[in-house]
Amino acid sequence: MASIEEFKQEVRSWVEEALPAELRVGNRKNLPREALSLWVDALAARGWITPSWPTEYGGGGLDRKHAAALMSELKAVRAPIIGSFGTSMLGPTLLEFGTEEQKQEFLPPISRHEVKWCQGYSEPGAGSDLASLQTRAVLEGDEYVITGQKIWTTGADKADWIFCLVRTDPDVPKHDGISFILFPMHQDGVEVAPLTLIDGSADFSQVFFDGARAKAKNVVGPVNGGWTVAKRLLQHERSTDGGSEGGLSGAQKETLVQLVKREVGLENGVLADPAIRQRLAAQELEAKALRLTMRRAGEEARAGQTGRDIGSLGKYRWANMVKSEQDIAMLAVGTQGLGWDGPGFEGTQLDRTRAWLTTRADSIWGGTNEVQLNVIAKRVLLIPE
Amino acid sequence: MGLILSEDQLILRDMAKSFCDDKSPIDRMRRLRDTQDETGFSRELWKEMGELGWTGILFPEALGGADMGYGELGVVLAECGRVLAPEPFLSTVLLGGNAILLGGNEPLQKELLPDVCNGDRILCLAFQERGRFAPHAIETSATRDGDSFRIRGEKQFVLDGHMADQIVVVARTAGSTGERDGLTLLVVDAEANGVSIQRTEMIDGRNAARITFDDVAIDAARVLGEIDGGAEILDPVFDRATIGLCAEMVGCFEEAFERTLEYLKTREQFGVKIGTFQGLRHRAAQMFGELEFARSVVRDAQSSIDDGRNDVAACASGAKARCSDVANLIGGEAIQMHGGIGMTDEEEIGLFFKRLKAAEFTLGDAIYHRNRYDSLRGY
Repeated sequence: MASIEEFKQEVRSWVEEALPAELRVGNRKNLPREALSLWVDALAARGWITPSWPTEYGGGGLDRKHAAALMSELKAVRAPIIGSFGTSMLGPTLLEFGTEEQKQEFLPPISRHEVKWCQGYSEPGAGSDLASLQTRAVLEGDEYVITGQKIWTTGADKADWIFCLVRTDPDVPKHDGISFILFPMHQDGVEVAPLTLIDGSADFSQVFFDGARAKAKNVVGPVNGGWTVAKRLLQHERSTDGGSEGGLSGAQKETLVQLVKREVGLENGVLADPAIRQRLAAQELEAKALRLTMRRAGEEARAGQTGRDIGSLGKYRWANMVKSEQDIAMLAVGTQGLGWDGPGFEGTQLDRTRAWLTTRADSIWGGTNEVQLNVIAKRVLLIPE
Repeated sequence: MGLILSEDQLILRDMAKSFCDDKSPIDRMRRLRDTQDETGFSRELWKEMGELGWTGILFPEALGGADMGYGELGVVLAECGRVLAPEPFLSTVLLGGNAILLGGNEPLQKELLPDVCNGDRILCLAFQERGRFAPHAIETSATRDGDSFRIRGEKQFVLDGHMADQIVVVARTAGSTGERDGLTLLVVDAEANGVSIQRTEMIDGRNAARITFDDVAIDAARVLGEIDGGAEILDPVFDRATIGLCAEMVGCFEEAFERTLEYLKTREQFGVKIGTFQGLRHRAAQMFGELEFARSVVRDAQSSIDDGRNDVAACASGAKARCSDVANLIGGEAIQMHGGIGMTDEEEIGLFFKRLKAAEFTLGDAIYHRNRYDSLRGY
């Protein structure tokens, strides 16, 4: 394999040709469709949508360092990064648990960004207590017949396929009767109802199954052994978040500090409100401490020192940090932050208010704050239950 | 320097840990307190720490030191924190010793620091004049009188002031209280005429003193740094001492947390271990998180000095802001979770609680340091 430097050089000259100029704006909504599809095809041709997957499944066959180098080069030119539930969650899970036939069938379309997947995990009665899920799958010949309801399914209205947790044995302890199964969304017996959230968005849906069908060979891992697969996939989910710096997306260019300075004003060169000033320091110090703690955990793991598992701690503190950043921004703008739409409010402020609402979910999804604290108490501190 | 201990530092930690467990169990600190021991710490133990090279960790080899860094000193301080050892690292090494080291007055360095390195000399820094930490709020005056200065004023909370051989005094030679300019640091012998030292008893059993300077004459050769420019030394001394104090606090957090965790796992009420109650489990998890974060920022702060970075001040204030908050959380929860027994003097957890409160207020609390962090960042 080429040295990292040579490889970076190769990526740079390739990007120069392959990446249309109008796309060099980072990950944004509503990118020009044709240019985007050219870019997707160019990436897919090299296996670079899924750079670390084996080439036989459409991946790039790169090792960790080369894959990281590729990502950093792409980010450096603000190229849109193509990712999906398929690339970040299902793919790695199939690579680990899937049969050869499943890998051959499902991985290449993901690596070409051709098939959209959604995740059927949560149910109205199974949120934090996910393992109590009730959606039933009953074997009839070589198919399972599926009945039940999922909720919080991101992108269900646009998805082609779903990876879904179903109950295949109701008569055993709850963790032992769950299977992880794949089936198409476009069929009779699947109905999708988008949910509008407090921030006005409708990315999530409820999904109703009434006699939907899944091929029996599309169970991933052992029948009734889906809980292990499900948990592993959640680890992939957690490893993809937590890394980001805070609640403000690239579109919100103004930093919290700039916003607070503008809204609160300065007296004798310092922020006029000493209480908000204290919170600003605490916010910045919390972000830094989280970053350092994740880095320290990485160093511990590499050095083979007895590192504690701080995944849950990281998620918990990250969620609180992201929420409090938006809280401070709201405090600073006061009633101007209460605007919902229409004249009288700047677009960036409306975005911020939406972001404040959106981030209320960060301490709920991917394991609520309370679940993370339970996990720390049980698995890290080993306090008997 | 990384965020984890190096091989050498791990060895040093194991040594320090067995030394502290062996020679400084917590009942030693309690005995010193209860007998109102005149020294308040152990001269012999301090001497042994000198022989092990610990009191000289920060100082150059030419002055008898080990020329190592805050990463190493932090390892030792954390272990001292675990057993609440009252030996005078903060006063003698981090405050007084650092003032002389950074003060750059070579004759004074040669005169005083070798004995700090071998554990024979005790130093203190007399700066504080009011309860809340305010490093430049100095009214104690030093007035020029020919080749000497005359010092008048009163200091409080001078750590180990009752035992110090020399007192580094922060005095005002110009300007008015609160101003950064116009401060001067002078090294005064504890025996000098006009110095009166009154030992004060503190909640944590540590040793502090009120010191009055009544027209104390001191040779101008015993000034550290520039006249009127003392803050140039004082501020970095406070940053370094703060980072050292934070390391001790982390050791204190670890021990208080581990003891509390053990209590949750063994104490029974309502027929079950109290650690089964979610109300306590979640709070234990929070304490763990705060402890981990404190470890990270303190280690990073040590690196900021040892690696010669330019963000030492921000790291010091960031670390002390956090450690002060964590002191309240872990100290307070440790008592609360121990319940009634935690309120007794016999149960040792209360000793940690009191030490942590004293450490919180020493060199500035969380509000002070967040404020300072904001100022450093231009907010």
